[in-house]
Amino acid sequence: MSQYKMHLLVCAGTGCHSSESNLVYEMLRDEVERKGLASEVQIIRTGCFGFCEKGPIVKVLPDNTFYTQVKPSDAREIVDEHVIKGRSVYRLLYTDPETKEHILDSKHMGFYKKQLRIALRNCGTIDPENIDESIARNAYQALGRVLTAYSPQETIEIIKQSGLRGRGGAGFPTGLKWEIASRNDADQKYVVCNADEGDPGAFMDRSILEGDPHSVLEAMAICGYCIGATKGLVYIRAEYPLAIKRLKTAIAQARDYGLLGENILGTGFSFDVSMKYGAGAFVCGEETALIHSMEGKRGEPSNKPPFPAQSGYLGKPTNVNNVETLANVPVIILKGADWFSAIGTEKSKGTKVFALAGKINNVGLIEVPMGITLREIIYEIGGGIKNGKKFKAVQTGGPSGGCLTEEHLDTRIDYESLTAAGSMMGSGGMIVLDEDDCMVSVAKFFLGFIVEESCGKCAPCRIGNKRLHETLTKITEGKGTQEDIEKLRNLGSVIKDTSLCGLGQSSPNPVLSTLDNFMDEYLEHVHEKKCRSGQCRNLLYYVISPDECIGCMACKRVCPTHAISGEKKEVHRINQEICIKCGACMDKCQFDAISLLNDYPRVAETINN
Amino acid sequence: MNQMTGIRTLADLKKKQEEVSARMNLRDKAENPASLVQVKVAMATCGIASGAKEVMEYLVEELDKRGIAAVVTQTGCMGYCFAEPTVEITLPEREPVVFGYVNTAKADEIIECYIKDGELVDGIIPQNYDTI
Repeated sequence: MSQYKMHLLVCAGTGCHSSESNLVYEMLRDEVERKGLASEVQIIRTGCFGFCEKGPIVKVLPDNTFYTQVKPSDAREIVDEHVIKGRSVYRLLYTDPETKEHILDSKHMGFYKKQLRIALRNCGTIDPENIDESIARNAYQALGRVLTAYSPQETIEIIKQSGLRGRGGAGFPTGLKWEIASRNDADQKYVVCNADEGDPGAFMDRSILEGDPHSVLEAMAICGYCIGATKGLVYIRAEYPLAIKRLKTAIAQARDYGLLGENILGTGFSFDVSMKYGAGAFVCGEETALIHSMEGKRGEPSNKPPFPAQSGYLGKPTNVNNVETLANVPVIILKGADWFSAIGTEKSKGTKVFALAGKINNVGLIEVPMGITLREIIYEIGGGIKNGKKFKAVQTGGPSGGCLTEEHLDTRIDYESLTAAGSMMGSGGMIVLDEDDCMVSVAKFFLGFIVEESCGKCAPCRIGNKRLHETLTKITEGKGTQEDIEKLRNLGSVIKDTSLCGLGQSSPNPVLSTLDNFMDEYLEHVHEKKCRSGQCRNLLYYVISPDECIGCMACKRVCPTHAISGEKKEVHRINQEICIKCGACMDKCQFDAISLLNDYPRVAETINN
Repeated sequence: MNQMTGIRTLADLKKKQEEVSARMNLRDKAENPASLVQVKVAMATCGIASGAKEVMEYLVEELDKRGIAAVVTQTGCMGYCFAEPTVEITLPEREPVVFGYVNTAKADEIIECYIKDGELVDGIIPQNYDTI
């Protein structure tokens, strides 16, 4: 085994790296070598500790000492004091913000971890294709307890008390949903798991199904017991082949064990699950559209009422829950409603899984208690913005959500606060944008998605969003007018008020929230014909610098539209009216005389003068 | 699944739970010094897309070739998508350690340095969450 007696772990995550953790690493290594300890002490670089605010971090093993904000100049003291004399360097220890005490052993500072995994509790821990590993982690215990000790009403009461709300986006109280479905009498009822995860950049449901399928199956059976259903259906998109495979394996194994099927655990309760594949249409995440798609009809939403709880799949009472919602259920049963409702904010209980993406260092899947701030998510768990750029906005809630800005960074995240800020919880996609992102283009991207995915049943969504997209395109091409901005707002509000389903009603959100938060960028595009982040190609201008140009004619020859004028050994000029911005001239120029500017009209004049 | 016995009552389920969790504890916490090295590869779509499958195959083959008694299993997403593929190694009597950005070269280094000699290698991903 290793001859090393001690390990110093130096965080080399991007956050710590930018505060010189690489120098800390080198200083420690040099110091250890100088003291002749290189054969006993190993210095190791690690990934992010998720504590970037207090970086750079150095952790000492085996004693678990956790040093924060370590400077390169501290290396000698750490080696002299800690490594040689075995005494902690007190001034570098993490200080409990409340008790002001130094924490010696990082095992006692578990609270620094901002993440709490409930829905993801088994993801990355168990082998999802082996039911025994799930059972070892208490799978089906909640179902067993419910079937033997609680009545359906008592179970529904627990879910209601816990405050669990739908994690698919709208946040409807889950217990109430179950109660409504349980009250409707019918010869057959259905439990449907909505695994039609459609937001761009969101993959939490897929990860749960791939990592812990039994938690979802167990919750469906519990729901079946509560509402009086014996059949469960998972509606999953065919684009998730691995999730489908694991789910199929899980269903087969649960059946073999008798945990699904007839007379489960000898209680007389029967429940079985089958799967329905969707073609991956965004609108099918809407529950009425999802049900129609399962019935083999077009995936189009219909008016509510009747709600699925009254007349759903094949006209029978149906309860539709999202994957993440279901994954929470077994834990709530086993740990109790009080335990769950102690986590989170007043109205939003428990945790939420987010898929962190975009211009952020630690892209990944995170699960955080409700009430955490965006700042904690972005700067601590996410490790800050890539390449040290400036934060601009974060897009939550997918195409139905909106953008939150710097002023929302300290808002405690829950269903209500996000809605109040003009966005929504959504299914949990979180796309971080930096100063290089153009907000008009972002709005255009999401609108483009909506136009593609609109089912076309109602006019406001089908025609209105198309018009919104056209107007946005016009603005990004530099042809927008002040009236276009007014039109965006008016049309957006009309679509919101008059669309049939939740998708349509929330579809203009990306436009409306960027209008609210980034009006100056819209105005710049329209009035100054300028895109400050240089994303809108039509608002960029190829300009030849008279100082650098030697008049070699190379660019002139390569220009496909003959937009470049000027004779040999004369400074060339680009006619912006004809230029199609292909960039061929810039590639050709060997004197770096051609540059791409985003505020041409004024600058160009000075150059030409 | 080989010893497929039905679970007919809640008592059956509890018994099964105790049995499998005792077996997993032995493996997971590696309390038994003679127990095997345990290797878990994060094999969700994200991991596989970044090459986790190749790494898993490599680990299975190489550990076998080099005569190291180890159990290699797959698991779901650990959440560190920025550092995929990720692999968790639990040596007997040690806490689990997660390594990120594991390609076959890194896997080779992990086998030679960490699994054989208990020497840590660069690229450790500290666990940044609590779980229930």
